[in-house]
Amino acid sequence: MLDGRGSIKRRLGARLWLSGTWLGVMALLALFAPLISPHDPLAQDLFAGRLPPFWASGSDPAYLLGTDSLGRDVLSRLIHGARIAFSVALIAGLATAIVGSLLGLLAGYMRGWVDVVISRLVDIWMAFPPVLFAILLIAVLGTGLTSIIIAIIVIDWTRFCRVVRAEAMNQSAMDYVSSAIVAGRPRRDILWREILPNVLPTIVALSTLEMGIAVIVEAILSFVNLSISTDAPTWGGMIAEGRTSIYQAWWVLAFPLAVLFLTVLSFSQFGEGLKDRFDPVLR
Amino acid sequence: MKLLRAILLRLATMSVTLIGAAVVVFFVIRVVPGNPIAMMLPPGASEEDIARLTAHYGLDKTIFEQFWIWLTGVFHGDFGTSISLRQPVMPLVLSRLPATLELAIFALVIAVMIGGAMALTGVRHRETRTETAIDVANGVGLSIPDFLWALILIVLFGVLMPVFHISGRISPSLDLPFVTQFYVFESIARLRFDLWWDLLKHMFMPALALAIPLAAIISQLLKQSLKETMHLDYVTLSRTKGYSENHVILSEALPNAVLPTLTLIGVQFTFLIGGTVIIERLFSYEGLGNMAIDAVINRDLPLIQGIVIVFALLFTIINLVVDMTYALLNPRLRHA
Repeated sequence: MLDGRGSIKRRLGARLWLSGTWLGVMALLALFAPLISPHDPLAQDLFAGRLPPFWASGSDPAYLLGTDSLGRDVLSRLIHGARIAFSVALIAGLATAIVGSLLGLLAGYMRGWVDVVISRLVDIWMAFPPVLFAILLIAVLGTGLTSIIIAIIVIDWTRFCRVVRAEAMNQSAMDYVSSAIVAGRPRRDILWREILPNVLPTIVALSTLEMGIAVIVEAILSFVNLSISTDAPTWGGMIAEGRTSIYQAWWVLAFPLAVLFLTVLSFSQFGEGLKDRFDPVLR
Repeated sequence: MKLLRAILLRLATMSVTLIGAAVVVFFVIRVVPGNPIAMMLPPGASEEDIARLTAHYGLDKTIFEQFWIWLTGVFHGDFGTSISLRQPVMPLVLSRLPATLELAIFALVIAVMIGGAMALTGVRHRETRTETAIDVANGVGLSIPDFLWALILIVLFGVLMPVFHISGRISPSLDLPFVTQFYVFESIARLRFDLWWDLLKHMFMPALALAIPLAAIISQLLKQSLKETMHLDYVTLSRTKGYSENHVILSEALPNAVLPTLTLIGVQFTFLIGGTVIIERLFSYEGLGNMAIDAVINRDLPLIQGIVIVFALLFTIINLVVDMTYALLNPRLRHA
């Protein structure tokens, strides 16, 4: 039994460590993109269009991961794309977490009509296909980074709200809350000092998950041509471009797809790893 | 009596949700910049023509008047006229809905088969490397959304190993004898297995992309509840009676472990249907979701409203059915 728990612990540690490393490297690339990237991500070289990656014949060592149909360097676009992806992930992920958790805490702790109103809103929100909702909102807000972030908050707050509400209701029923009430502590104090700290691990895990989702939403919007602008180097935009020339130049799609895959996987595994680390039973 | 009251209560909350959804969509899409009438007319159209058509579609009235007209129409089964396609909305939506439903149901079947098989294998070989491998696969399947799976499948099986079609619903060269839009069902009914096979070859990749995340969820939850059931006394008893491990898992543990998974599948099925919107776009599959994206791009307000309401209705009906099935299957609730 002890042995089994030890191996689980080791596996969890490796998961946290691996995903954390990938996210760290990507964050550094995003931060220092202009210093690291070998080319200007927007510079076109029409005579060097669709060059294959370095190991294939006909490649140019100046373009390690090849070029797209307009002769733009895939590697440089990937590095600069990390900037946009991580900005969206951090800002949208945190903002969604704050809005959703706040409403969830209120609904779960206050109960009564507050809970009824918020829960009904969640029900209404859940009746929309999220991708369609996102596209509609971008049509309203116009394209651009701010619109994408607002759209993600407006759509995904329910994800936090539902979980945090249930969690806050569980915590409210616990003895330590009753004793805080008996001790005459004000309600607001109980909410912030007693319930919130106990719900926080869940919120943290959901937040990193949400960051991965935010990156995907940006990619989906780029794909239907509603993201930032068509030549801005976003991973989703690169994927959309690569999808059209998939038979001529598979690498234009494959590299951003691989990076997006690993990033989204890392965000979710990092969140799961953190949650388990906070979990007193496993610890 | 109690059950009847519960159902009536559910129907009441359902209609509140639906009306709420209608209100939200109606007002959100009317904030969309861009005049849909100007978009449907040729560039040289006169101001007068634009004004006349705007009045024709009722877009010159106040937003509340428009909502009232639309809502009374809906109660008479009239969802208005599509601006970009110039046809009544409901027939348009109904002509595309079957394609989406077939895709979603096919995806659900794939998810249940893969997820169920993985869960049973994981329990049969529990505490071994096989179970670890299944756990890792579940983790990856859960973390990556359908959109990315679709792209990966396109690269792997559309380009590197072209076995399946990656575009459309059916080969355009085929003669279609269909009178309904339920092509898969009708091709079976007509014993046209050539058409049926062509349809499946087109549907397989989008359906698999939709199925992978759900399969991972099913596999994870079913395996967990099976493992819990395996420790119960009645399972130990049947094992001491000399039944084989396979028999114990399939006939004794499974029937009791399956209930939580069934409820979860119901909720997740609505998420899967929501996923069809972008997946249909990726695979140029002519379903409702693909039509919805076009409607937004064309600012076709009546069509967007119609599609969103149909999706919302579908989701609430599925949730209702899930809850009722749960009540029927769960003896504790049935006799409550």
